[in-house]
Amino acid sequence: MRRIARSLARNRPALLALGVLVAIVLACCLGPAFTGHAPERIYPDLVRIAPGLAPHPRPETVAPALEGLAFRMRATVSDVIVRDGHVRFVLMAPAPIDARVLTYLPRSDLFGPAQILAREAEGRRLVVTAPVLARTFLLGTDGLGRDLLTRTLVAGRVSLVIGLVATGVALAIGLTYGAVAGYAGGRIDAAMMRVVDVLYALPFVFFVIMLLVFFEAGLGLILVAIGAVEWLDMARMVRAQTLSLRQRDFVRAAEALGLSSATILARHIVPNTLGPVAVAATLLVPKVILLESFLSFLGLGVQEPETSWGALIAEGARALESAPWMLAAPAAFLVATLLALNILGDALGQALDPRRDPR
Amino acid sequence: MIGFILRRLLQAIPTLLAVVTVSFFLIRLAPGGPFDLERPLAPAAMAQLRKTYGLDQPLGMQFLHYLGALARGDFGPSFSFRDVSVGELLARGLPVSMTIGGLALLLALGLALGLGVGAALRPASLFDRMVGLGAGLGLAVPTFVVAPLLQIVFGLGLRWLPLGGWENGAPSHLVLPVLTLALPQAAILARLTRVSLRETLSLPHIRTQRAMGLPAHRIVRHALRAGLLPVTAILGSTAASLLTGSVVVETLFGLPGLGRYFVDGALNRDYTLVMGTVVLVAVFVVVLNLVADVLCALLDPRLRLCP
Repeated sequence: MRRIARSLARNRPALLALGVLVAIVLACCLGPAFTGHAPERIYPDLVRIAPGLAPHPRPETVAPALEGLAFRMRATVSDVIVRDGHVRFVLMAPAPIDARVLTYLPRSDLFGPAQILAREAEGRRLVVTAPVLARTFLLGTDGLGRDLLTRTLVAGRVSLVIGLVATGVALAIGLTYGAVAGYAGGRIDAAMMRVVDVLYALPFVFFVIMLLVFFEAGLGLILVAIGAVEWLDMARMVRAQTLSLRQRDFVRAAEALGLSSATILARHIVPNTLGPVAVAATLLVPKVILLESFLSFLGLGVQEPETSWGALIAEGARALESAPWMLAAPAAFLVATLLALNILGDALGQALDPRRDPR
Repeated sequence: MIGFILRRLLQAIPTLLAVVTVSFFLIRLAPGGPFDLERPLAPAAMAQLRKTYGLDQPLGMQFLHYLGALARGDFGPSFSFRDVSVGELLARGLPVSMTIGGLALLLALGLALGLGVGAALRPASLFDRMVGLGAGLGLAVPTFVVAPLLQIVFGLGLRWLPLGGWENGAPSHLVLPVLTLALPQAAILARLTRVSLRETLSLPHIRTQRAMGLPAHRIVRHALRAGLLPVTAILGSTAASLLTGSVVVETLFGLPGLGRYFVDGALNRDYTLVMGTVVLVAVFVVVLNLVADVLCALLDPRLRLCP
């Protein structure tokens, strides 16, 4: 154990990958609470804002936005002055203006409650001031006006959870199946492995798509579908390990002591396969996340209002020309996660297999 | 060798049967039918339609009928495309998918072998590290990110290549889809080549050859034979998935290939079209795996003995 830790600690890319991974997980778990936007909150007036540190609305967009609002108030706007986070403007209409129309301003995501500074020309001319709200969208907003950073982080939770749980499902099935087949040996082993061989030849992506199209797509089904696809490698590997472990002295000793097969499997065989299994599982997580995002990309995976990186990337790909950042944000998170997991898995494999250690 | 091939062909039959059976009953389990429209059909018309397509018979009979027709190479009529048989649809989609997949396979193999062998020959060099990094990136960047990126750069930005479409296989329409399909596979294959060739180069018999003073290129030729075994082994499934079309690439580039037919068929509950696609893909997987196994057996005689 200590040797593995030391080998990992000496592997600088692996440490970096671990750091990136921890950062992404923390950001996804805790981040949405600190972005200042709820993931479901829609800002209809702030659709497809480009990423940046500057607060929105921008000063140059205040006047057009006011004109739009004034049109709904059946009035015209002039003399717009933006200063110190406040806007001052003159509202004019052919008939006296009812002060209640000013509630359009705070309703618009752009301005706070308005105040009338002066009432001229028998109420047909109002001098109004209102605070201009300042909202920051670090990664911009999407086609509906939702904060992309918050949505990407929330989507990351879904992607990561699916990655972990589906890997767990595949691990549980593959470990049990492989250990039983390897330990039973003989005809049972041959029959069980024949089943795996047949399953290997199935066009699985097509089966998963079929499952998800025909039955209501949902989180549960995705987990089952992905887990059911990915356990085959695990089963083969565990079986090979078990076959060699079965001949070892400590297993024979346990048999001689009269322990039941189930106990031997659980106490002596499975724990000894865990090293390579851990490596395979680490490398399986990115595969699963990729498969899930692939399904979500096709619209078969996670459904609205839930979202995942794949679903966000699909939205981004559709809005490619007008809002390329909608693709960039979730894609960057996805690629970073996959890359980190792959590097980490490789490093773990290297640490467990001293022959592959370059030193 | 012929016995080996025959044995493998016999083993393929239960696999294909399993594919047909599982997909047939899976489709029928699904809610909704091929003739469910927004406005329900009159019961009489519905009954007539179901009778025409043989859907009124018991499921078991339908299955046997389908198997019988399939054995004669008849995929049945399509439910959603009027007056077109599934066989014709597949014959339309397959050339598209095969062209793109075949070119992608060649490109991926060329890239992977060149980079992988080069990296394995100079371990820990800058080139080796760059290949390792590139392969890692290639594995981590999904197809559906690569495709839009290529579209932005070459289609929208530089305006060198069209964004999509088939246009009877005009070369300019092929470049981006082929590149998109090839890159991740090239990454997988390059990694595999690099690792396995480097392992082979550290084996005793290669060390012996070095000690005997054999020229480097002859040593590499020896090592390649064993070193390329793992690459050959996975080539079957790689080729099958490339040749039968990637659903994502065909969707993003608007190509009328097999993957598109499959997804459309599944959405329309076009039972026979979905079945036809799945069976065709399964046949490809089985046959190409067989070819890969035969190639492996040619490279390594020990593999001919095991079943």
